[in-house]
Amino acid sequence: MSGFSSEIPILTLLTVLPLVGAALALFSGKHARAVALLTTLASLSLALVAWFHIPANGTIGLIEQHAWAPSIGIEYHLGVDGLGALMLVLSAIVTLMSVDASSRVHHQPNLYFALVLLLEAGLFGSFTALNFFHWFLFWEISLIPAFFLIKLWGGAKRGPAATQFFVYTMAGSVALLLAFLAVFVATGSMDFPHLTLLASTGELQQMVTAHLGPVTLLLAIGVLAGFAVKVPIAPFHTWLPAAYAEAPSPVTMLLTGAMSKMGVYGLLRIALPIFGAQISQIRTPLLVLAVITVVMGAWAAVAQKDLKRVFAYSSVNHLGYCVLAIFALAVPTAAGDAPMHASQAAALNGVILQMFNHGITAAALFWFIAMLQQRSGGARGIDDFGGLRKPAPVFAGLMGIALFSSLGLPGLNGFVGEFLIFRGVFPLAWVAATVSILGLLVTAAVILTVIQKVFAGPVPERLATFPDLHHGERMALAPVIGLMLLIGLLPQLIVDSVNPTVLNLLAHWRF
Amino acid sequence: MLAWTIYLSFAGALVLVLLPKSRPALSRWFALAIAVAGLAVALQSFAAGMGQGRTILVDLPWVPAMGIHFLLAADGISRVLVLLTGLAAVAGILFSWDIELRTNEFFAFFLALIGGVYGVFLSFDLFLLFVFYEIAIVPKYFLIAIWGSTRREYAAMKLALYSFVGSAMVLIGLLAAYATAGSHSTSLIALGHAYLPVSFQMWCFPLVFVGFGILAGMWPFHTWAPTGHVAAPTAASMLLAGVVMKLGAYGCLRVGIALFPHGLDPWGFSLAGVGSWRDVFALLAVIGIVYGALVALVQTDFKFVIGYSSVSHMGFVLLGLMTLNQIGMTGAVLQMFSHGIVAGLLFAIVGRIVYSRTHTRQLAELEPMHLSKRLPFAAGAFVVAGMASMGLPGFSGFVAELQVLIGAWQVNPWWVAAAGVGIAVGIAYTWRAMQKAFFSDNLPHARELVHENGHHLAPITWPEVTGVTLLASVSLAVGLYPRILLDTIEPAVKTLLAGGGQ
Repeated sequence: MSGFSSEIPILTLLTVLPLVGAALALFSGKHARAVALLTTLASLSLALVAWFHIPANGTIGLIEQHAWAPSIGIEYHLGVDGLGALMLVLSAIVTLMSVDASSRVHHQPNLYFALVLLLEAGLFGSFTALNFFHWFLFWEISLIPAFFLIKLWGGAKRGPAATQFFVYTMAGSVALLLAFLAVFVATGSMDFPHLTLLASTGELQQMVTAHLGPVTLLLAIGVLAGFAVKVPIAPFHTWLPAAYAEAPSPVTMLLTGAMSKMGVYGLLRIALPIFGAQISQIRTPLLVLAVITVVMGAWAAVAQKDLKRVFAYSSVNHLGYCVLAIFALAVPTAAGDAPMHASQAAALNGVILQMFNHGITAAALFWFIAMLQQRSGGARGIDDFGGLRKPAPVFAGLMGIALFSSLGLPGLNGFVGEFLIFRGVFPLAWVAATVSILGLLVTAAVILTVIQKVFAGPVPERLATFPDLHHGERMALAPVIGLMLLIGLLPQLIVDSVNPTVLNLLAHWRF
Repeated sequence: MLAWTIYLSFAGALVLVLLPKSRPALSRWFALAIAVAGLAVALQSFAAGMGQGRTILVDLPWVPAMGIHFLLAADGISRVLVLLTGLAAVAGILFSWDIELRTNEFFAFFLALIGGVYGVFLSFDLFLLFVFYEIAIVPKYFLIAIWGSTRREYAAMKLALYSFVGSAMVLIGLLAAYATAGSHSTSLIALGHAYLPVSFQMWCFPLVFVGFGILAGMWPFHTWAPTGHVAAPTAASMLLAGVVMKLGAYGCLRVGIALFPHGLDPWGFSLAGVGSWRDVFALLAVIGIVYGALVALVQTDFKFVIGYSSVSHMGFVLLGLMTLNQIGMTGAVLQMFSHGIVAGLLFAIVGRIVYSRTHTRQLAELEPMHLSKRLPFAAGAFVVAGMASMGLPGFSGFVAELQVLIGAWQVNPWWVAAAGVGIAVGIAYTWRAMQKAFFSDNLPHARELVHENGHHLAPITWPEVTGVTLLASVSLAVGLYPRILLDTIEPAVKTLLAGGGQ
């Protein structure tokens, strides 16, 4: 593989840092939040270092490769390209936001922040791993803290919500594990780049068929199921609203901002490269599921009264666009078909941007909900508020920016990804794209309704003294809102680094 | 050097009998010192033996007329299992720190059991192996019958009877093999080279394999295991599940498969897809995996959940052995080690940390006690042990089960499919037990019952913390860096397969 190895194992350091932070937080009692803040700040710096050191040609860099358990194909193999590095930065930002937002954890703060940092380590590990075992280790590691964060700090119905979340994800994991066992038995490898190579020449399918019979499609479905739960894709999404609603809002920020990206990332790093041909085979039913995810997510958001559930379903909708584009671009194209290649590239660029932007925006929205709850004594129903722009103009203004970013207003970050996705998907799957437009419209309606009901109209008496954002909160939110504007106005900051990776990925995928 | 593990344990047991009854602390510390010394020897030999093949430790003529030698030797498999025994012994003593009844005798029996186990793992003479195997049964009986709980006499008797029936089958098989081979040595090494007719192996193999398999918890001969585990005092449950079941599996491997490789050949006909003893035992193993897991799922007694989980996990060992390939059998040995550590930890938490404070093991009664709040250490420890038991990556069980499944997949994918169901149910029962015992949502009911049981739960003691830390970190270390053990196990399995495989 091309790329360069660095002298300093940045990616290993990045993964170990939050683990050390977690151990420190566990034993630092009331100062756990300070430890967590320092750790997440340091992690963000390291993630940015990684982002600025990826190879310019879009290949995987910062590679670390050591023997681990060679007899069963387990290798310590790390590396990132534009996609992986962007996810590292996103995870680091979202975790920092989440720690920032967790200012009111009174119950066992040391355990809480240790679990948050453990979750961050899981994210970093899974976004850098290039070997199935290594990846699966961190994929599962992230599940445990997420479960306990919901279970121990969640709302009234946290028990069932946590259990449902765990059971769904675990079932998906078992499917993934069995599928990769089969792949290992057939190929003797668990290395993603190597398997991608085998898949691109068609050898993978031959080897699987020779060893295990015609089951490649079945394996692809197993892998897809594992990721479908995590993203989620309908009909595997039913765990999500309860989990997002019952989790404390800072944890929901992590779930939607970063963890859901593990699923999309898995589709891009694992499912498409290794099972591209099989996905292309069942592309139509998959597109149907993607469209259902988009439209259902949007419609379900309309029907919700709880703000957290509104944004939970709108997250389903937003990630549905990613899934739509991923399945749409899985078509075999002729070598010289430049327009098709351009569409695929646009769609994939859109997916990666959308992952990042949705992460930032959704995390910000749940942060605002956390502040709403703090100020209103726990209320978070869409009808519990009104006219907030009068007592709290800054609050209304900043949350308004986040809401419009979620809506996809040009000039804000949310627009670029969705635009590129639709630019790519229309030529590739115009029916699916057309139906999905419905999702865009309904989402716009949902968000405008939220704005109207919460910020406009008469102020209820009990909210007359609703406090505006204080200085500290403004300082904490400013960089996030600034980032939304910056990417909205200068998307090339990300696209310039991601586009080479997109071209490189597409060149190695075979549908 | 490694032979000293045996001598130390038996000598320690002897001294303990002579120690005064009135000074339990002395007995405890003495037993701990002996166990730690044994572990140190095991560790030293493990480190020194890395990369080495089989080494003869002691070879003295014992009954020359019959060719019986006091022959102790160690290969990679032995070294790993001796290390497991050392760890289980130390942990077992730490978790028996609260034994007040006849303390010195308790630890004497405990060390005698440990000595017998060390002996089995290091014997390369059939007769000697059998002697140690029998020695291990006796202290087990007394440990359960004297210091046990629920239906202890029944459980102790059942365990002893099952063990003796198994031993009798093994003995018949071994005598027949000795006679048929016409050998003048009972050394496993010599017998491995002797000629045994295929037709003889065909009937002798299942006899010996089932004989040992009984102690390994092979379905449907497993029923002694859950009752025995539950009735036994904590340290004895830890040893029963942790190492005694491994004696059976070890016998299956070292004697059954190594001496009678042709016993696994196809019969030449097949009934419903089953065409050899290999298929039969793999089927029993898979049934054990799924059955054990399903039964664990519906238990009302916390300790029974763990007891049946052992049946399920030992199924993976037997399945791994039946793959007869490098990867599957390596996985089987690793699973023996892993299960020894993890089952020990689970029994310690349930039997010592929780039961000795709450005086109940009924999940329904534990539910309203809010143990995650009142015993956070126990809850945390159970979460870690539960993750290891579920086979989550990062813990020893994952690598072991992964290898067994890969090995099985190369032979018969249906075994994998069934075992996969077992894994899924395994996650479910561990989950259910964790939820009910520690993290129940039964909030409204809770207040009154907590009040009723409002008595203060004794604080966690240092031996408990040490024991949990020891076992959990070993499982984690092996899970994260399996080569610590794999580099030792793999060459030994290769030799064994090459020596008896054809």
